[in-house]
Amino acid sequence: MKKRTLLAGVAATALASMSFAGSHGDGPVKVGFVYVGPIGDGGWTYEHHQGLLAVEEAFGDKVETVYQESVPEGADAERAMTQMALQGADLIFTTSFGYMDPTINVAAKFPDVKFEHATGYKRADNVSTYSARFYEGRAVQGHIAGKMTKTNKIGYIASFPIPEVIRGINSAYLHAKKVNPDVEMNVVWVFTWFDPAKEADAAKALIDNGVDVVLQHTDSTAPQAAAAEAGVISFGQASDMAEFGPTPRVSSIIDNWAPYYIARTQAVLDGTWESVDTWDGISTGMVEIGEITEAVPADVKAEAEALRDAIGAGEYHPFTGPINKQDGSVWLADGETASDGDLAGMGFYVEGIVGDIPN
Amino acid sequence: MEFGSINPVLLVASLMVASTPILLAAIGELIAEKSGVLNLGVEGMMIVGAVTGFIVAVQTGSPFLGFVAAAAGAAVLAFLFAVLVLFFLSNQVATGLGLTLFGLGISALMGQGYVGIRPPASPRWDFFGLSELPVVGPILFNQHPLVYLSLILVAATWYVLRSTRMGLVLRAVGESHDAAHALGYSVHGTRIAAILFGGACAGLGGAFLSLVIVPQWTDGMTAGRGWIALAIVVFASWRPWRVLLGAYLFGGVTVLQLNLQAAGIAIPVELLSMSPYLITILVLVIISSDRNRAALNAPASLGRAFHASH
Repeated sequence: MKKRTLLAGVAATALASMSFAGSHGDGPVKVGFVYVGPIGDGGWTYEHHQGLLAVEEAFGDKVETVYQESVPEGADAERAMTQMALQGADLIFTTSFGYMDPTINVAAKFPDVKFEHATGYKRADNVSTYSARFYEGRAVQGHIAGKMTKTNKIGYIASFPIPEVIRGINSAYLHAKKVNPDVEMNVVWVFTWFDPAKEADAAKALIDNGVDVVLQHTDSTAPQAAAAEAGVISFGQASDMAEFGPTPRVSSIIDNWAPYYIARTQAVLDGTWESVDTWDGISTGMVEIGEITEAVPADVKAEAEALRDAIGAGEYHPFTGPINKQDGSVWLADGETASDGDLAGMGFYVEGIVGDIPN
Repeated sequence: MEFGSINPVLLVASLMVASTPILLAAIGELIAEKSGVLNLGVEGMMIVGAVTGFIVAVQTGSPFLGFVAAAAGAAVLAFLFAVLVLFFLSNQVATGLGLTLFGLGISALMGQGYVGIRPPASPRWDFFGLSELPVVGPILFNQHPLVYLSLILVAATWYVLRSTRMGLVLRAVGESHDAAHALGYSVHGTRIAAILFGGACAGLGGAFLSLVIVPQWTDGMTAGRGWIALAIVVFASWRPWRVLLGAYLFGGVTVLQLNLQAAGIAIPVELLSMSPYLITILVLVIISSDRNRAALNAPASLGRAFHASH
């Protein structure tokens, strides 16, 4: 096994150095995208693909784009990335958390190719990371959810127990709790980014258990349809999902990757690309709050928009103390805000959420 | 027993719904494999059924026509497979895998413009108000027609395979195509019919996902259910009732673990999440633990090409 991997590595490196010998400079810059789901998921991958289209629009024939859909996280991802690099891609965006180690591995074999990994934390000389502060949007959702729930039970369809997802749960809970002290959060882990039937089943299970607001951190629109059938409310995730408004979808978080993708492609064209760590939120527009529909009372809508604007202006941080961890120990003292380092590695629930985070 | 906020009646009713796509696909594949054809394209046929059913239901406003079209659409794809493996003698494994990739691709193409549309609602059957009965009402008398159809199909498959001439011929073709051919039975005819039946069932299963469970069209929405169906056929050692057991166990434990999580029952989520796979495999392995009999039950000509000239 080891020998084969080694040989494959040597072969890949040899091929890479061949195909890149003198190839750079003239032709168009080739930009690759690795997607975890299908473009038509209506959520996460759809928005990344909008970013690809924006790059094409912005640079015309100066760039050439390639993408691959539904690439499983794990060993297969390395194959997809290696193939893209061998095809001569100059810049590759790998758009799911589970591509972190594969990206680092493949990047080590192709030192001349620039990699950009979404939502991860491992970087190298030719690997940047970028993510959006989704938790800022979750704060706005939590506020609306806390105000709108009548059963005082909010359901959360969670994908994988990684910091990004846990931050979203905590942020939504804290802001729901702030406006509704009786609120409970029911979290269901589905261990998938994209499986419409399972997401729908999870939504139904939550609704059967008395939840009347459904938040999701998975990529398809299936929970929206389940919420519509049951007559409860929901929020668009990653993409606006406006077709489900005015109810069940009462608002949404929209990931707007286009400006970032254009800027990074420009950097490769200019030869100024270097490894960076980008984490933008509402202030730069990487996280947008979709229109709050008329199903939400005007005063709640105004409060939610004020919250959004305060976060955008930097006047309010969604994780501002006093906040205790689930076990009751102090995390943030009164008035203290969470550091980016703390947030990046968040692996605990805040006080009040019931249940354990799976390992 | 106290299950927190879980309502056991609703749970059983929803596990039957959640299991139906896998059950339909698996029972179709069982017939195909009993005739000696290994069709690994179940996933592709399901997704094509899901999209054809969805398009026709939206265009005509009739879920019934949608299901008919789903069965037909997936059967067309299955026919392609039949022609390739029976007449061009292509490798069944490779062709089946190709069929899945082709199905996923063409369904994404066909489904463009149907993303985010709501299909017409499928009515549930209500037997003269019997659904109002406590406990048995929601479980037995308030399901989607296709749930009943899937159960009838299991019973019919069992009966036909065991007690009819048609079933005997099908099994003969699957066990020894040369002997069946020598006796004058049409090996190709039987296999085409079995493959088409398998395709139609997979298509129905797919449409049940896109029209009833989810209900909407999303690319790649079968998300591996076709592969689960294939595995269940093997673990059920090609017996219809065990296919039912396997499909309901898998669907049931999936729904149960989501409900346990939603109700906040303190069982480690990791255990819950792997339990559908674990329990289904375990139970089916135990009931088919007599290795000799289980091996005998695999159709002897499964996956082998047949050419009438020798």
